[in-house]
Amino acid sequence: MNDTLVRELVPQVIGVLVRRGADFATAEDAVQEALVEAVRAWPEDPPRDPKAWLVTVGWRKFLDAVRSDASRRQREELVEAEPAPGPVHDVDDTLQLYFLCAHPSLSPAAAVALTLRAVGGLTTRQIAEAYLVPEATMAQRISRAKRSLNGVRFDEPGDVGTVVRVLYLVFNEGYSGDVDLSAEAIRVTRQLAQLTDHPEVTGLLALMLLVHARRPARLDASGALVPLAEQDRTRWDTVLITEGVGILQLALARDQLGEFQAQAAIAALHADARRAADTDWVQIVEWYDELVALTASPVARLNRAVAVGEADGARAGLADLAELDPALPRYDAVAAYLHERAGNTATAAERYAAAARVAPNIPERDHLTRQAARLNARLRS
Amino acid sequence: MAKYLMLKHYQGAPASVNNIPMDQWEPDEVTAHIHYMRDFADRLKTTGEYVSEQALSPEGQWVRYDGEGRPPVTDGPFAETKDLIAGWMIIDVDSYDRAVELAGELSAAPGAGGKPIHEWLEVRPFYGVTATASE
Repeated sequence: MNDTLVRELVPQVIGVLVRRGADFATAEDAVQEALVEAVRAWPEDPPRDPKAWLVTVGWRKFLDAVRSDASRRQREELVEAEPAPGPVHDVDDTLQLYFLCAHPSLSPAAAVALTLRAVGGLTTRQIAEAYLVPEATMAQRISRAKRSLNGVRFDEPGDVGTVVRVLYLVFNEGYSGDVDLSAEAIRVTRQLAQLTDHPEVTGLLALMLLVHARRPARLDASGALVPLAEQDRTRWDTVLITEGVGILQLALARDQLGEFQAQAAIAALHADARRAADTDWVQIVEWYDELVALTASPVARLNRAVAVGEADGARAGLADLAELDPALPRYDAVAAYLHERAGNTATAAERYAAAARVAPNIPERDHLTRQAARLNARLRS
Repeated sequence: MAKYLMLKHYQGAPASVNNIPMDQWEPDEVTAHIHYMRDFADRLKTTGEYVSEQALSPEGQWVRYDGEGRPPVTDGPFAETKDLIAGWMIIDVDSYDRAVELAGELSAAPGAGGKPIHEWLEVRPFYGVTATASE
């Protein structure tokens, strides 16, 4: 069974059921049940037309659900009303699913889970494994999310901005267990880019491709983090880079800059440099200026301080850093990096050790501890 | 089989023999330590004795209820390393002796100078299930 193909069918099949009169919450459950059955049945007995199979089984599951909690008459009305499945509204319906699953009334965690299931076509078990929570917990999170959408009309106008933020959250989770969330986020964003012509959707897709291209170089053979400047750039995926740069250029040509396009432009400048020393830091600082103007994000300003440190020297970077809140995530790590470049080895070692204590994850903690150890060893010799 | 918690904390335990903070080690020694820990978990997965492990960030606060309609009281953070719980591993093994043996191996993880840390670990049994035949 081709998993990717099946996952792409899931939002379309939900769309068909909703068009036939099913409510979103029940239709989504029914298609999930059909999906679980497909995973079981298809390896032995693959259907000729997978979409028709999912529609038939999904509709039957839906009727079962309705039968169990509604009147027989209502069910008959629905059967009567059943129109032939057709391509007419497919695109619009699938796009509506994106909007619904990323509805602003949902918490980010709920929107992420619902998007992965109804749009991404993942099973509850896969989503639970990816986020390291029990399957029952994830099932509950999804059904609560759907209940809170009860009053929302399926065809309500949506905002692409909320959708791209949800997809970016998924992308940043990386991968744990057997589900590669970054790859899933790229796949779902590609689908979205086919449904809508929004420059931030293409900007996000370009950003994801350009960042994903560096993944083979991000960890060394022992699993330790390798910082950008030290990565073996021959291991970057040039096919993804070429595609990402091409998509970004099309988006930028439309002259409606947004935060994801700006971030993608920065990623593209890194991708352009065959050696770390060739990086065009001056242009990167300019893009960070755009990003700060667009978002006023303190994280963007922190990253800008690193870029300034490269473009204008570590002291200039430290001067910028002094204007930011030391409580920002990774502030100590940036300070340590800039102090080392400025020649303040002892201060840098202390800041690396402090950064390790507040690191957000174990690979970063280990990396920062190693940096502190490296500088302390230099100070001893 | 019985489940045991191997808890790494610094509450009341004597100092470990090789008690030098990690950022004072040689970088290679840090790497060797990380590999030892990872290989230890991998080995228990192959023997069918591994359940789970977690590491905790050192940041934290004390929190308690402060009465109806009032927000909870927080206190701290207490960054005192002597109070710190660093993390744990849960194993499912045949006997208490096996749990002690494994905790000994984990405590032998290499530290400064490549020598074992001799770190103290607390081994605690989980309450077992109610055996169906014990009524």
